[in-house]
Amino acid sequence: MTDIEAPGSAGTGLPRADHEFTVRHRTQTQLVLRRFVRHRAAMVSLVVFVLIVLWAFIGPHLWHYSYQKYTADNSQAPSWKHPFGTNASGYDAYAQVMRGTQTSLEVAILIALGSTVVGAVWGAVAGFYRGVVDAVMMRIADLVLTLPLFAIALVISSRSGGAWYWIAVVIAGLTWAYVSRVVRSAVLSLREKEFVEAARALGASDAWIIFRHLLPNALGPIIVNATVLVATGILTETALSFVGFGVQPPDTSLGLLVSQAQTAVDTRPWLFYIPGFFIIAIALTINFIGDGLRDAFDPRQQRVRQ
Amino acid sequence: MLAYTVRRILVSVPVLIVSTFVVFLVVINSGDPVANFATSRQPAPSKAAVAAFARHIHADQPAVERYWNWITGVLHGDFGPSVQTNLNIGHDLFTRFRVTVTLVAASIVIALIMAVIFGVFSAIRQYSVADYVITFLGFLFLAMPVFWFAVLLKQAGIWFNQQTGSQFLGTIGEKSPYLDVDTTWNEFTDHIGHLVLPTITLALVSFASWTRYTRASMLEVLNSDYIRLARAKGLRRGKVLVRHALRTALIPLTTVTALDIAIVLGGAVITETIFQWHGMGEMLVQSAQTVDVYRTMAWLLLSAVVVIGFNLVADLLYAVLDPRIRYD
Repeated sequence: MTDIEAPGSAGTGLPRADHEFTVRHRTQTQLVLRRFVRHRAAMVSLVVFVLIVLWAFIGPHLWHYSYQKYTADNSQAPSWKHPFGTNASGYDAYAQVMRGTQTSLEVAILIALGSTVVGAVWGAVAGFYRGVVDAVMMRIADLVLTLPLFAIALVISSRSGGAWYWIAVVIAGLTWAYVSRVVRSAVLSLREKEFVEAARALGASDAWIIFRHLLPNALGPIIVNATVLVATGILTETALSFVGFGVQPPDTSLGLLVSQAQTAVDTRPWLFYIPGFFIIAIALTINFIGDGLRDAFDPRQQRVRQ
Repeated sequence: MLAYTVRRILVSVPVLIVSTFVVFLVVINSGDPVANFATSRQPAPSKAAVAAFARHIHADQPAVERYWNWITGVLHGDFGPSVQTNLNIGHDLFTRFRVTVTLVAASIVIALIMAVIFGVFSAIRQYSVADYVITFLGFLFLAMPVFWFAVLLKQAGIWFNQQTGSQFLGTIGEKSPYLDVDTTWNEFTDHIGHLVLPTITLALVSFASWTRYTRASMLEVLNSDYIRLARAKGLRRGKVLVRHALRTALIPLTTVTALDIAIVLGGAVITETIFQWHGMGEMLVQSAQTVDVYRTMAWLLLSAVVVIGFNLVADLLYAVLDPRIRYD
């Protein structure tokens, strides 16, 4: 271990007598990062996830087919020219899967961002003020939690016309309540801490305490929840698109691609399996990253023992 | 206990009213059936016909009045007018509910049984190869989209039928449109055959997270003092596991099951779409497509009642299973 240096060992240059065992000073962030980096499954997942993101967003600029242009070849099996094959109308599946991954990721990330911001502020305000404010705000959150996510999203997004950001807004509008409950319970204990009292003694306003003291200290559970929401988001969006209420053609998403290929599992299996694998890969890596973050932020609740 | 139950049911009523009112506002603003009616018909209907249609589906009433008429109507067994003439929503709802309830019930039972078996096994063999395999499969199933898996299973079912030359596994609909020999036994096997694949699909929605939950709660119990005491007293391992550990470990699972019921209902919509069941899933999809406000509301009302009912039953079961909890 390099972080604990024995007294008088090479490099410290200090005499043995006045140098006890020392531990290098690390900030909270450094500690969390170190614990995360040591989580093997989470690190591998992070690398894979970043690669998928880069591929989906940069790939289309380098690839010589567009997702919305017919090619001369239709129903071709994967080849060098079309790594993921082509579909019955001659679209290049590689370009389509790239575009689908892009849309699905955009929706999922917007869902996570939107519901995290709204839910975190909502939960922090409720937990900070307690009393009537808390009761009213949390009853509203409870109400949202009782709504069946998929059914309501399906009903509302039937009007959306398939714009990706609208689908994200609809789903985020139903998932923020989860975040608000988590953040509220964290804030309830944080608000009793001495540093909040100190801040108030120094004349800090309520908004200052909420945004500069409470929310940053609740960042751990907030970030962990946000990763879980990315996974929930991508699964909900793809399911909506599959049933026909999400992203609409000519745009495409991974769910829509699977839906279009569901009758071709036997004849053109590449069209069905590849987008499915991408959904699984994204959701799986996100879940592992979330697990690693949970362990890193809260080593007491470690799930995977090293 | 009885007083608590009655109080809980009474508290559920205002929750249900507020929740359905909010949903009602969302639903009536999520589409315009009158505009659909005016534009999608050939030849275009006259102004008078459009106005009559709007009156027929109550689209001319203000929202609060409309909600009030609807909710009082429901209490009298009238679920309101559909945009499809001659469709009785109440009748439609209950016919479809009977179809869906078998699927949902069967899949919850199967998912629970599998979750307990795999979760407990994984916990008592912590960090063994089997534990890692089960944990990995759990993660994989959590990440797997239901619709993708359902399509795969459907293909597997078709392949199975071709290989065995039978028609046992139904892949379309909840029953065969006609039966060769119309006996009760044939009807029963036909029904089971159609139920197998959708049930597996839907069970998968909750199986993975319930397994992980069982494992975590079982581990917590196994590491507690009273289990060590029971073993120290010389009780056999199997007896300690079943009588002492499992009983306690399963208590929190009731709550999780109840909370996940809304997710299962959502999964049922996708499952029914793929296997082309004429159940509640199809009803929701159709009513969203046709902007059928009252048909959508009937679906959502029933699902809200189911969700609230499940939560109530879970809370009561909690008290029955855990003697430390008493409601007065």
